[in-house]
Amino acid sequence: MSDTLLTWSSAAAAVPEISLAVAICLVLLVDVFADERGRRLTPTLTLLALAVSAALTVRYGHVTERSTLFAGMYVADELGFVLKLAAYLLVAVALLYSRAYLENRSILRGEYYVLALTALLGIFVLVSAGSLVTVYLGVELLALSVYAMVAFDRESGISAESAMKYFVLGAIASGALLYGMSLIYGLTGTLDLAEIAARLKTPNTAGVILGLTFIVVAVAFKLGAVPFHMWLPDVYEGAPTSVTLFIGTAPKIAYFALTLRLLAEGLAGTASEWVQMLSALAVLTLVVGNVVAIVQSNLKRMLAYSTIANVGFIVLGFVAGTPDGYAAALYYTLVYVLVALGSFGVILLASRKGFEADLLDDYKGLHRRDPLLALVMMTLMFSTAGVPPFVGFWAKLRIFQALWETNHLWLVVIAAGMSVVGVYYYLRVVKLMYFDEPPPALPGTQPAAGVRLALGLNAAAVLLLGLLPGPLLDLCARLIH
Amino acid sequence: MHGLLSMLIWLPVAAGLGVLLLGDRNIVAGRWLALAASLATLALTVPLWASFDTSSFVPQLTERLPWIPRFDAWYALGVDGISLPLIVLTAFMTVPVVIAGWTVIETRPAQYYAAFLIMEGLMIGVFSATDALLFYFFWEAMLIPMFLIIGIWGGPRRVYATFKFFLYTFLGSVFMLVALIYMYVKGGSYSIASLQMLPLTLVEQRWIFLALLLAFAVKVPMFPVHTWLPDAHVEAPTGGSVILAAIMLKMGGYGFLRFSLPIAPDASRELDLLVIALSLIAVIYIGFVALVQQDMKKLIAYSSIAHMGFVTLGAFVIYEIVRNTHSLRGAGMGLDGAMVQMISHGLISGALFLCVGVLYDRVHSRQIADYGGVVNTMPVFASFMVLFALANTGLPGTSGFVGEFLVILASFNASFWYSALAAVILVLGAAYTLWLVKRVIFGPVTSPRVAALEDLNGREYVVLSALALAVLVVGVWPAPLLKVMQPTIHHLVAQAIATKI
Repeated sequence: MSDTLLTWSSAAAAVPEISLAVAICLVLLVDVFADERGRRLTPTLTLLALAVSAALTVRYGHVTERSTLFAGMYVADELGFVLKLAAYLLVAVALLYSRAYLENRSILRGEYYVLALTALLGIFVLVSAGSLVTVYLGVELLALSVYAMVAFDRESGISAESAMKYFVLGAIASGALLYGMSLIYGLTGTLDLAEIAARLKTPNTAGVILGLTFIVVAVAFKLGAVPFHMWLPDVYEGAPTSVTLFIGTAPKIAYFALTLRLLAEGLAGTASEWVQMLSALAVLTLVVGNVVAIVQSNLKRMLAYSTIANVGFIVLGFVAGTPDGYAAALYYTLVYVLVALGSFGVILLASRKGFEADLLDDYKGLHRRDPLLALVMMTLMFSTAGVPPFVGFWAKLRIFQALWETNHLWLVVIAAGMSVVGVYYYLRVVKLMYFDEPPPALPGTQPAAGVRLALGLNAAAVLLLGLLPGPLLDLCARLIH
Repeated sequence: MHGLLSMLIWLPVAAGLGVLLLGDRNIVAGRWLALAASLATLALTVPLWASFDTSSFVPQLTERLPWIPRFDAWYALGVDGISLPLIVLTAFMTVPVVIAGWTVIETRPAQYYAAFLIMEGLMIGVFSATDALLFYFFWEAMLIPMFLIIGIWGGPRRVYATFKFFLYTFLGSVFMLVALIYMYVKGGSYSIASLQMLPLTLVEQRWIFLALLLAFAVKVPMFPVHTWLPDAHVEAPTGGSVILAAIMLKMGGYGFLRFSLPIAPDASRELDLLVIALSLIAVIYIGFVALVQQDMKKLIAYSSIAHMGFVTLGAFVIYEIVRNTHSLRGAGMGLDGAMVQMISHGLISGALFLCVGVLYDRVHSRQIADYGGVVNTMPVFASFMVLFALANTGLPGTSGFVGEFLVILASFNASFWYSALAAVILVLGAAYTLWLVKRVIFGPVTSPRVAALEDLNGREYVVLSALALAVLVVGVWPAPLLKVMQPTIHHLVAQAIATKI
């Protein structure tokens, strides 16, 4: 165990968190003290702060060897480094996509940006968690920021309702997490994840299994795995689209890290138990997510069920229970998040003041009205459906491969069958955009050129990573091993 | 010439993107670019054919670049005697499709040409990939343009048809992927050659065979997973029907020859009766179904299913031939027949769909009942149509005869009953095709719309004569085709009858 003193080297490893915390204070202060004109700079200032913080992270925070700091509370490794950079990028792009949307609904306020940054800080803490305390700290920091963001549109009843639902259910999940952690702590006498892993080698007692069960429940809730997914469609539908975009992207990375650090690393000794639990969850998640998505008429809600279905695949990566499986889950998470970023970005661009563009029928004939947006959306839909040449295909392939390597025959068959079911509702979006005539009275899409460029790049990345998947696959494998 | 295969794949794709960028506003330039690209691709098959060494079964003109080192997957291309004719067929059939759409396609023409050109590249990719992952990549990617072609330019029930098409094919393909991954995990490579050499137990082979069968049976399509085809054909625009019938169905047959037989030879031997039975059902039952169709396109679609039954029959009778006669040559004849039938059916069905397209463009109906006496107003067209119809019934001197004759002859060595049942197609095929011709072409002019018909224009004339020429050349002189295939077929027979257990 390393020293507890705050040395220069330990501070350097934690530079993402430190610089981000400084940035949060700065944005908050500027927003409080600036006048009306100054406040309009908050979005730009936030993006600038993210850029500076990311630059500092690259310059000082790049670690290649795994090391623990602050008495084992904090793990600095390359996985964390890369995930944090990805989270920087996702949050920055998400904020970029959201600006016009917020402005149109008069909720472009500094608090929104501060909350996004604190959520990002929560993600960082979670990604680098080395002990149960840090895990909990990260989970709560992230969750509380997000609850507030969901309720951000005060005028909207449905937002308030979904925030309330999210909060209550989230509190139950946090309770389950804490209870599970307390059991594990009581039985092992340590909060340190590495230490827990070392002490759990004997055959597991009923107490450990009980604690594990509660932790799995909490993890499943955070990921949105069936039957702990109830909050997800309501929150996705009820939250302002910019918040849905936020929730649907960067936090997924954090919850991947949560699953990895807690289950795969800390509770590795109970792998045979949690693999069974997760495989049951994964099957349920795949079936419910894909089947229920078919009957949705709201695009945001459909994408929520699609998220659930994709979570099923991510969980399957963990079910494989091998480093290869975790690498597959990581790859799947990154790919999924890239696609989700674009899909919600399209919804944001398609919406106007007083027009949410969240119904599937709002996309009829989109191709006529906005070819670029339709093309981007089609790319993303085919990618999530897992059709080459788009990157989503490789993500599914990687999961299948990891499952075959561990001889999970039935899971492969179920996952393959469900991915065919999933194709149906992704194709339906393409059908609406390309095959149907546009209804006469739909408002046009937003012309924002910068956002369009970003969306175009987003779709181009989906294609390019699909044509040449090698580097990202290698990176994911290296980060896990 | 190095990189020839890559050029064949990426030239049409690049041209397709070019047409897309030119957009509907510059469609005149876009059309000419599409035509130039499809002709250039066709021209590239000349050096391909010329430089092909007909004495070897080893993949030639190979290209090999690392693609995904992690999976040991390569961007690996090559042609052998099976893929070469199919690549040429693909390049050949895209040209008439481009020409046929020249003035007919009015909505979003740029996307129309782009979709066909991109699909041409992807289809050539399917036939030339020597890495299973690359094969699958092209195989699936191809679905996207076809989905759009049927969905955007199709008929009234296009959405139903295109969804059915996509979901059916995707369902089959996913299980092929699962089987491929299984073999990769076992053998550590996606190269098709190493998959073919991978030792597998009988149980493994059975499951792999069934997974592959699902994928290829949907594509061929075999009874009972054929129901997507009539819908897709009826709703697709003419060009889509042509490509679907001429090339896409061949991928199922190609898959049997490239994957099923060499990878799972013991399972193929064990389950050959299953495939033979399904093929014979396709030939006879679907033949009867074709007889009662009211819609010309549907009739040709059912006729396609029946004729593709010959391909699967020819591929799988080899086991009984070897069992009965111990003659590898006899078995080779079955496979020869299957290959020739694929090429010939590609030309004939493509031509027939183009003929229906010619009529549809003028009358806007595909119902047989709306026509009658077309020969009186369109004599030149009628002679083409009759020629292709006769080729479809397997008239000697046309390509249709060669493939069917070889398969029937070969299956005689397997069992008298196979050939007797297969020969029913000669009667049924003649019945439904000639009856179609009688009702549509001959007789007195039945309606004012037919009376107002104008004969072929220059564009249509060129397209149909090129196809007629090809049908006759393959029919009269199939020797070069058989010669190109011979070493590969021999090798394939050896692989297919060897045991892996």
